[in-house]
Amino acid sequence: MPDDPKPEGANTPESAPQPEPAAPQSPSAEPAAPVAPATAAAPPAASAGGAPPAPAVPPKPPAAAKPAGAAAAARPAAPKAPAVMAATPWESELTADLAAEFGDRISAFQSYLGQNFLVCQPGAAIPILESLRDNHGFEYLVDVTAVHYPDKPEPFELIHIVYSFERNERIRLKTRLKDGEKAASAVPVYITADWLEREVYDMFGIEFEGHPNMKRILLPDEWETFPLRKENSILKMDQRWVQENLGIESGQ
Amino acid sequence: MPGTFLDSTELVLNMGPQHPSTHGVLRVIVKLDGERVLGTECVIGYLHRGVEKIAENRTYTMFGPYVDRMDYVAAVSNGLGYCLAVEKLLNAEATPRAQAVRVILTELNRIGSHLLWLGTHALDIGAITPLFYCMREREYTLNIFEKYCGARLTTHAFRIGGLQYETYDGFEKEVLEFCDLFEPKVDEYEELLTGNRIWVERLTSVGILNADDCKAYGVTGPMLRAAGVQWDIRKAMPYSGYDKYDFMVPTRVNGDTYDRYMVRMAEMRQSVRIVRQAVADIPAGPIMAKVPKIIKPPVGEAYVSIEAPKGELGYYIVSDGSTQPYRCRVRPPSFVNLQALDKMARGSLVADLVAVIGTTDIVLGEVDR
Repeated sequence: MPDDPKPEGANTPESAPQPEPAAPQSPSAEPAAPVAPATAAAPPAASAGGAPPAPAVPPKPPAAAKPAGAAAAARPAAPKAPAVMAATPWESELTADLAAEFGDRISAFQSYLGQNFLVCQPGAAIPILESLRDNHGFEYLVDVTAVHYPDKPEPFELIHIVYSFERNERIRLKTRLKDGEKAASAVPVYITADWLEREVYDMFGIEFEGHPNMKRILLPDEWETFPLRKENSILKMDQRWVQENLGIESGQ
Repeated sequence: MPGTFLDSTELVLNMGPQHPSTHGVLRVIVKLDGERVLGTECVIGYLHRGVEKIAENRTYTMFGPYVDRMDYVAAVSNGLGYCLAVEKLLNAEATPRAQAVRVILTELNRIGSHLLWLGTHALDIGAITPLFYCMREREYTLNIFEKYCGARLTTHAFRIGGLQYETYDGFEKEVLEFCDLFEPKVDEYEELLTGNRIWVERLTSVGILNADDCKAYGVTGPMLRAAGVQWDIRKAMPYSGYDKYDFMVPTRVNGDTYDRYMVRMAEMRQSVRIVRQAVADIPAGPIMAKVPKIIKPPVGEAYVSIEAPKGELGYYIVSDGSTQPYRCRVRPPSFVNLQALDKMARGSLVADLVAVIGTTDIVLGEVDR
């Protein structure tokens, strides 16, 4: 493929982290607006303000760039993409029920690209999953995974994806964890979580309390590093393990 | 048997990682009481390559070929899921023509994947002939892939936004020829197996996984449908234009190994049906949507899943606005389905364990990633 990638030095947030992207738009799914032209001579500080989502043509040099950029229709191929996800609030019967049940233990109900998710406190994840399974028909735990943001005070984001057959609806639960903080295991609620949580532990080092068999799954048991943490480069490996077990100096 | 001089003790047996019927480097530690399986533990990871880490170090475009190497017998499906996920992040959609060609190739790939499963599964049970037949017919699908994109197994057939290549001259004709040739062949396999007494007795009531178990274990795909849950992502959350085609989602009720066999056989027929409809009406037009040459999705995340031959294949991609995925999680159907092996094998005979591994239809490249 002809596109040679430039590593694009600064992809970290350059603006002050906005707490909530409180976009005023109603959570309409926006059925596939045409893709922004590849050649978009994108305007700097592209934030479409409160303008309705119709940015087929990139706006001319903005008359007055609003500082509190809501970036509702964020899809500019611009060098300065908004630093936070342009999520919209998510409201439905389900969110009302959950809000009534869990109150401020759920900090946000949001939606991005038509996909709904909620952000909750670490201790609330398992009770919420249990309630989702028992009261709302979310019988199927699709996936458990994590993302590492080393610069944030709570560097790990733990994600549970659940699906309901009867509602044909899929939602995500997101929890923030501190480094070294243990998460509660979802195995008592969904058996599937067994291997999925072991993989999260294997890759990120997040331990799950209450898990019946908390050990590595893909890597050897004696392996020392957690590969998907951002501080480990792709070439990082456990030299000692390789030397002891494979009898070679290095795997590279 | 207490009291006899023949002491009966539990035996721990290592099956694999090189055992031929584990379909790859899967090691199953089996605890046996005589012939009876008391419990199993899977040891996996022999093929772990760190695909998710690789994704974080490649651009969106460069990562495309890597996904083919996870479930390498269904590489086209893997590619489709990945492309759809990135397209979702870009808020783009492939052109109608690209979507139709994608459907055709994906369904041909599903047939190929099911054929390989059928052949090897039958071989494990002791029926050698179907393997040769299945390989013979699978060859036709591989030839079509080869003619289309130059590769047979790890095809990398799709690109983000559509297709790299226009279909070749006579593509439709060849695909239709395959459909005509293949449909009677399914009858032929069924003649060999479906009513075959050995086959029926070896598979019926073996490795039962009912609907509740399937949901609790997150088991998807043909295994879930064999337990009576009519759930297929192509119907539930249609993607790539699947809602335009008329097809059935075959189900059975018992959730045993025989039912899973029946479901997969019926699925191959349905795939042919989809392919016929898609080929009859490939829209004209461009094969590539207007996506940027350098893929840089805005900050955000998306989870997109498709119905791969083995179950729900999902991609959860987090973008930080750069050219490389910040995180790319693959939700592999084989990995999750394999977890139910212990549930299925417990209490069965050791010979049935082979049938149960076969019926799970795992590909270790995907289990280990």
